Amino acid sequence: MTLLAFDWALLLEKLILIAIIVLASLGIALYTTFAERKVAGALQDRPGPNRAGPFGLFQPFADGLKLIMKEEIIPNTSNKGLFILGPALAMTAALMTCAVIPWSSYIEIGGRKIDLQVADINIGVLYVFGVVSLGVYGIMIGGWASNNKFSLMAALRGASQAISYELAMGLSLIAVLMISGSLSLKTIVDGQMAEGGLWNIVYQPLGFIIFFICALAECNRTPFDLPEAENELNMGYHQEYSSMKLGFYLFAEYVNMIMSSAVMASLYFGGYDIPFLDESTLPVNTAAILGVVALLAKIVFFLFLFMWIRWTIPRFRYDQLMHVGWKNLIPLALFNMLVTGAVILWQQG
Amino acid sequence: MQALTNRRKAVGREPMTFMERIYIPSILKGMGITFSHLFKKQPTIQYPEQKREFSPVFRGLHVLNRDEEGRERCTACGLCAVACPAEAITMEAAERMEGEENKYREEKYAAKYEINMLRCIFCGLCEEACPKDAIYLSETFAPANYNRKGFVYSKDDLLIPNPKTEPEAYAKAKGEPRTNN
Repeated sequence: MTLLAFDWALLLEKLILIAIIVLASLGIALYTTFAERKVAGALQDRPGPNRAGPFGLFQPFADGLKLIMKEEIIPNTSNKGLFILGPALAMTAALMTCAVIPWSSYIEIGGRKIDLQVADINIGVLYVFGVVSLGVYGIMIGGWASNNKFSLMAALRGASQAISYELAMGLSLIAVLMISGSLSLKTIVDGQMAEGGLWNIVYQPLGFIIFFICALAECNRTPFDLPEAENELNMGYHQEYSSMKLGFYLFAEYVNMIMSSAVMASLYFGGYDIPFLDESTLPVNTAAILGVVALLAKIVFFLFLFMWIRWTIPRFRYDQLMHVGWKNLIPLALFNMLVTGAVILWQQG
Repeated sequence: MQALTNRRKAVGREPMTFMERIYIPSILKGMGITFSHLFKKQPTIQYPEQKREFSPVFRGLHVLNRDEEGRERCTACGLCAVACPAEAITMEAAERMEGEENKYREEKYAAKYEINMLRCIFCGLCEEACPKDAIYLSETFAPANYNRKGFVYSKDDLLIPNPKTEPEAYAKAKGEPRTNN
């Protein structure tokens, strides 16, 4: 029976963790759609949805129910296989990112140490990037399979935008990796939590701004929401979609927002670190739970920032988008990388 | 050219300065403006529960009035129909019979009285033209309907409830829209 000499408890604990994280991400995404509308309302001097339940709290369920009950239309001229694959891929790619995010340190149950991270792989940051670029395939396949010129145009825009901004994003990230010396998100967060360690935002303010702008572009958020520009592309890549397939696309956008907020919090804002508090003085489980709360608070802040920006500024013109990406952000990111490298070399003497 | 407002601003055509070109300062400024709106008072009126007060001169649906004894005031003289610029009012006159003195005030009354609310422009000229104070404009407006016929209000729809026999309905009639479509 040596074949079964495997830590089954580990499998169980990971499965439970995966289930919790996926469900929690979906639940938060559900309420992010609600928060988006509430924030939009508040910023425009109106109350936002307030009819379904107290303060309109059941609104996301009403929206979801509506989407599910609607007729599922697959256009005659579409490529049916790819048409279904598109939203599925977008959603999968969005959810896969959460596997490497360290939600907190670890908890102890019955003497067993359980990491609150699905997988602490040593190429965590690379994995995030790989999966995020997979998300573009959801848009591209959906736009292509719709067999509609507007959808195709939007898909092309989405793809070229994602490629352009991934470059600057990667370059701004290299500076962070130089400081932390690791690609594992857990190690990066621990480096910021360590005694005397400051959050990376202190060392990398410019890098963070570049990363944040690129994250907006990667999530297709205003001012970079050209793939779904309503006024020129009639909704963009999901124009032919209806019912829950459309819901998946819309939902994937919010999951993406949550995940990029979590990545930004981990990379630049100390992840589950609570500022001005030494976590090692607390009991392990308390510290872990407080850590989750701290990370969630940071995520909520970033989500609000995303929405705040969306309801403040209009979208860029397409040439401006490319101009900002290639001529401004990439040189700035390169400059940031060079300065960081020089400072590190100078400090090492 | 004379300026229409004192907020007029000439648009410059000079190239953007460096601060303008990096966008971020103006974006932050814009975000400051939207953030300040978080704390502004919302002008929203939660409609079915809260209703905005009409102004005292509001001209809504017509009401055919009765006198204190509950008799119809209208004598079908037709002055309102003549005054009406939209030609929305039609009526047919009839003579009062013996024993109907408690229903109609004068010897002549309107057997049929119709106002087409789709034609009516709610100008209130009928109210001004009426020598008998028989028609006036209330503070309600015509509810939505599925067909045009529903907007031709007959005498039954317009006549105010009898203050003698239905005092509550009479009191209510001035503020409530009709329900019998």
